[in-house]
Amino acid sequence: MTLLDLDVEGPAAPPRSNGELVFAAPWESRAFGLAMALHDSGRFEWEAFRRQLIAAVVRAERAAGEFSYYRCWLEALQTLLASEGVVDLVVVEERAGVLAGRPAGHDHDHEHGR
Amino acid sequence: MSPVPAPSDLPVELRTEALESILVEKGLVDPAVLDKFVKTYAEDVGPLNGAKVVARAWTDPEYKARLLEDGTAAIAELGFKGPQGECIVVLENTPTRHHLVVCTLCSCYPWPVLGLPPTWYKDPAYRSRAVREPRALLAEFGLELGPEVEIKVFDSSSEVRYMVLPERPAGTDGMSEEELVSLVTREAMTGVAKTKAPA
Repeated sequence: MTLLDLDVEGPAAPPRSNGELVFAAPWESRAFGLAMALHDSGRFEWEAFRRQLIAAVVRAERAAGEFSYYRCWLEALQTLLASEGVVDLVVVEERAGVLAGRPAGHDHDHEHGR
Repeated sequence: MSPVPAPSDLPVELRTEALESILVEKGLVDPAVLDKFVKTYAEDVGPLNGAKVVARAWTDPEYKARLLEDGTAAIAELGFKGPQGECIVVLENTPTRHHLVVCTLCSCYPWPVLGLPPTWYKDPAYRSRAVREPRALLAEFGLELGPEVEIKVFDSSSEVRYMVLPERPAGTDGMSEEELVSLVTREAMTGVAKTKAPA
């Protein structure tokens, strides 16, 4: 397992505190780990992901609303995986809908953000 | 540019979970590997502020002199100050003198430069053995020091925090200050490791 030199500055740089990565919620670290694990197994070149990430950050900064780095991260990962035919985003969305319908107590119902 | 995902009304945590579950089902991601990446990056990346201080000291002798004279002020020159950093003393490692930092009472630690203390720093075994048998403890960290090296242990307190200035590794003469930053680990700045030149 090789560690990448993540960007420290610029649009692709993840949020840090004194150089350490900061995850504001568990899903952010899951999204982070997904990209790392997929890259490590040779699914994509890091630079290809990084390009998608920068594009997603630029789009988010142009759009109104609160900026979330890891929302951009997830969008970049989805875009890349879809463009390479690895996953079908319609299927992902359907699965998320199924997960949303889980009975209370086994679900994130109380914390639905947006 | 590839098509961007359509806007979704579903919460982002569910969309992340959905993507992960599909990738796991396809056999493309092992959840255990994913966990390992998160853990490794969370623990091994940073602390950058201390590393910048060390790299500056390695490349600027005048800064190094100021740093050893008054650590707090020299660290503040680079913009790093804050709680738990009111008085930071910097200890210079040499070929014959090695410094090790501990907090025997609790886990006092120079936050502005080193971030939050790692788990082992707070461990009772580390805290007692650092004083009692530092040489054996360092060997367990993978740092074998010869008999010619004197080990000095510094006990942090709420008044004084310590940070180790590790030796600049041999073979790094051609590296810039910015490149040197990436070599400096939190372990080196607490004295449980040396800095190594890139392989």
